[in-house]
Amino acid sequence: MTEERAEKFLELFNKGKEFTEELLRENQRLRYRLATLETEGTAGSNDEVQRLRAEVQVLTEENRRIAQRFKEVEEENKDFANRYIEVEEQNNNLANLYVASYQLHSTLDFREVIQIVQEIVINLIGAESFAILLLDEKTNELKTIASEGEDVMPGIEALSTRLGDGILGSVAKTGESYYINQDLEDGGKVTLDKPLAAVPLKIKEHVIGLVVIYKLLQQKDSFSAVDYELFSLLAAHAATAIFSSKLYSQSERKLNTIQSFLDLLTTTS
Amino acid sequence: MRQLISFSLKRFKNARILEAVDGVDALKKLSGPDKIDLILTDINMPVMDGLKLVSLVRQNAQLKNIPIIIITTEGAEEDRERGLALGANAYISKPIQSSHLIKTISELLAV
Repeated sequence: MTEERAEKFLELFNKGKEFTEELLRENQRLRYRLATLETEGTAGSNDEVQRLRAEVQVLTEENRRIAQRFKEVEEENKDFANRYIEVEEQNNNLANLYVASYQLHSTLDFREVIQIVQEIVINLIGAESFAILLLDEKTNELKTIASEGEDVMPGIEALSTRLGDGILGSVAKTGESYYINQDLEDGGKVTLDKPLAAVPLKIKEHVIGLVVIYKLLQQKDSFSAVDYELFSLLAAHAATAIFSSKLYSQSERKLNTIQSFLDLLTTTS
Repeated sequence: MRQLISFSLKRFKNARILEAVDGVDALKKLSGPDKIDLILTDINMPVMDGLKLVSLVRQNAQLKNIPIIIITTEGAEEDRERGLALGANAYISKPIQSSHLIKTISELLAV
């Protein structure tokens, strides 16, 4: 009985031993497998990391290059935008100058020419109060022939000054434009004798009159670059237009007189 | 001023310009057979001023939707507000900048 139990126990023990040995083998196998996998895994991820690092470096470089290019293009765009504004402004100025000169030479009627000069000064320069003076070469006197904004600057409708006298007279004598100096002690105060601007109307060096500006429109603070261009244009073209129209009206008057005289002769004979 | 505006409008190749000497003349032309796409008016005009013209156009069932631009020497803010309140779509103070005028017209006509 005891022997039988010992045999059973031994059998059970042997089975347990086998099982334990089997477990140990399996454990060893798994540890080996784990070690293999760990070795393989580490080596693989290292390669991947290195590859990714290299890729990141390339992409970072690419990104830096693109950012640099973007900055350059942005600068170019700003430059183009500024040039576009400049070209548009030039275009605008040229349009104004073209229309002004076109209008000035569109008629030989003296009053109409004067009216056109007034329109240019109001619409293109933006003056509220101004006068156009012509020089009487017999008396050497400058006199207003047209004005605008008399309510703002009373007296401009009847300005009269001798060649060489005061600012107006010296502008007519020298042929040099005058612009007020706003930094003067009196704050650049405008008076009849001291306007904002006085521009001579010249045919070559021969002054025939002046455009005198006393006040700009409320919405206009100061003269702009194109205004000086317009002044130059007025100085030359307005003078020619005024002079031509005066000559034309004089010649037409003379022609009428001669025609009447001829008619009279024909009738009486 | 009409010369400068006509010149500026040359940018719009198919534009045809009808000129009027004052507000009354403008109303006559607006009532004529021509289809008007845009009105440009000054404020200071003889017989009927620009503000009256704007007001009458806005009261007229046939004309009330025509865009109106006021171009004027009157540059005070209250003048601008008055013009726009009467129904003008844009208010341009002189001196005229043709590029500004072209831009305003392009925006109003969506061309």
